[in-house]
Amino acid sequence: MYHSLKRWSWLFLLPTLAAFVIAFLIPFVMGLYLSFCEFRTVSDAQFIGLQNYIRAFSDTSEFLSALLFTVEFAIVAVLSINIFGFILAMLLTKGIRGTNIFRTVFFMPNLIGGIVLGYIWQLIINGVLYRYGYSITSNAAFGFWGLVILMNWQMIGYVMIIYIAGLQNIPDDILEAARVDGATNSRLLFHIIIPSVMPSITICLFLTITNSFKLFDQNLALTAGAPGEKTSMVALDIYKTFYGRIGYEGVGQAKAVVFFLIVAFIALLQLYLTRSKEVEG
Amino acid sequence: MKQSLLTKVIMVILLTLLALLFIMPVFIVLMNSFKSKFSISQTPFELPDNVTYVGLENYTSGISDTGFFEAFGWSLFITVFSVAAIIVFTSMTAWFLVRIKGVFTSLLYYLFVFSMIVPFQMVMFTMSKMANILSLDNPIGLILIYLGFGSGLSVFLFAGFIKSVPLGIEEAATIDGCNAFNAFWRIVFPVLKPTAVTVAILNTMWIWNDYLLPNLVIGSDYKTIPIAIQYLKGGYGSIDMGAMMAMLVLAIVPVIIFYLTCQKYIIKGVAAGAVKG
Repeated sequence: MYHSLKRWSWLFLLPTLAAFVIAFLIPFVMGLYLSFCEFRTVSDAQFIGLQNYIRAFSDTSEFLSALLFTVEFAIVAVLSINIFGFILAMLLTKGIRGTNIFRTVFFMPNLIGGIVLGYIWQLIINGVLYRYGYSITSNAAFGFWGLVILMNWQMIGYVMIIYIAGLQNIPDDILEAARVDGATNSRLLFHIIIPSVMPSITICLFLTITNSFKLFDQNLALTAGAPGEKTSMVALDIYKTFYGRIGYEGVGQAKAVVFFLIVAFIALLQLYLTRSKEVEG
Repeated sequence: MKQSLLTKVIMVILLTLLALLFIMPVFIVLMNSFKSKFSISQTPFELPDNVTYVGLENYTSGISDTGFFEAFGWSLFITVFSVAAIIVFTSMTAWFLVRIKGVFTSLLYYLFVFSMIVPFQMVMFTMSKMANILSLDNPIGLILIYLGFGSGLSVFLFAGFIKSVPLGIEEAATIDGCNAFNAFWRIVFPVLKPTAVTVAILNTMWIWNDYLLPNLVIGSDYKTIPIAIQYLKGGYGSIDMGAMMAMLVLAIVPVIIFYLTCQKYIIKGVAAGAVKG
């Protein structure tokens, strides 16, 4: 049959492959090349070497400050989301009454889109700050913590679901045996439970890190980078470089390549580090 | 762990408070959608009263300002057909890549996996130019682009599952004289159904809520719901808060209905999608 399958390869491969090549592969390769060019549209590109990369860091300090803002945000968001999500998962695997309802409620915000989430939290945070005479764009710290709260509200339920699946896979007799041997709750947590859910931790860290780095819609709707560009994250800064200023397309593309390299490096490093800690199944 | 009744009661109370806190933002938006646009920003936590209550005014003005129903139609059209295309074509591709061993197929597989970690900004500009040149800057063309962008994760998820499917069932089909195409749809695809549900749910959540890609490709001619909402912000940053609240409610309601009807599949799909990653 696999012989016959090869005869059908045009149907099995072609539609997906054509779409993949048009939407991703060619734009990716072109993007790499254009980062070394000066251009307005794609047809007038002129090779200028590393100029765009130098300008990305030297023309203004915005890219560097966006990178720092993104890293700080990612650290705070990833830690808080995973800790809260894990605690909720622990509470919801103890057979408490109403577990299903709680799970449904905590997961719900994850389905709401980033733009909508941004405006919901803008309303609430501005409502609170208004009493003290501020708004979310008065101070970069408000935007930062606003994004952290928003991201927690959106992602806690998601990682909780994944942690619950991991926790339910731990065989009861292992926990029972440890308890009979007199293990304390904290030993149980750090020596049995956490090592056993290491695959879930790997995937949750991966999802939260990449989502935090790539955050765009929420950032655009909540503060759009204000005040100044102090709350612009990398994705928003790149967008504004491309579409906000004429003549910066090449710089925008160079920033995008740097961004891609950083995301790829962190994602692979994190997968490598946590995978090596997973218990061999 | 054995727990006393008291700890359980305390935990239920804590979780209930936390659940209320989780629902609160949606409730606040709903409440404000019935208030006059001038009484929203400064007192968002007050219930509508005789002075501030405006009935459905925000809804009617928001719907006409944004063309909400048209946006809803486009969102639905694009999401349904993109997800359908992704399921039909990437499942076939994944099966082909797993079953036909070779340098070409494994190279392709790794290209699909690789595409998952590339941030959208990397291809944002060149992709929208490409869509322009190839006349894909319309809702039908957008479906093709979504198939291309969605193929990475979807091929990966299908391939992960196919690797665990025994070859026996497919061989039985050949003895019955099925060709590859019929064998796939009659024998293989039914086995892939749980993964297809996962793929459908993850892609629906992404495409329905996506803002930047459709805005760049078709945003000047067609609006989806996220584009319509962002459009309310206007050029100078002034927002009709009343219309905004009403549109947020209208954007959330279909999502919540979808969630409550398919809840079981969504939660399972998310967990399954993550485990394979």
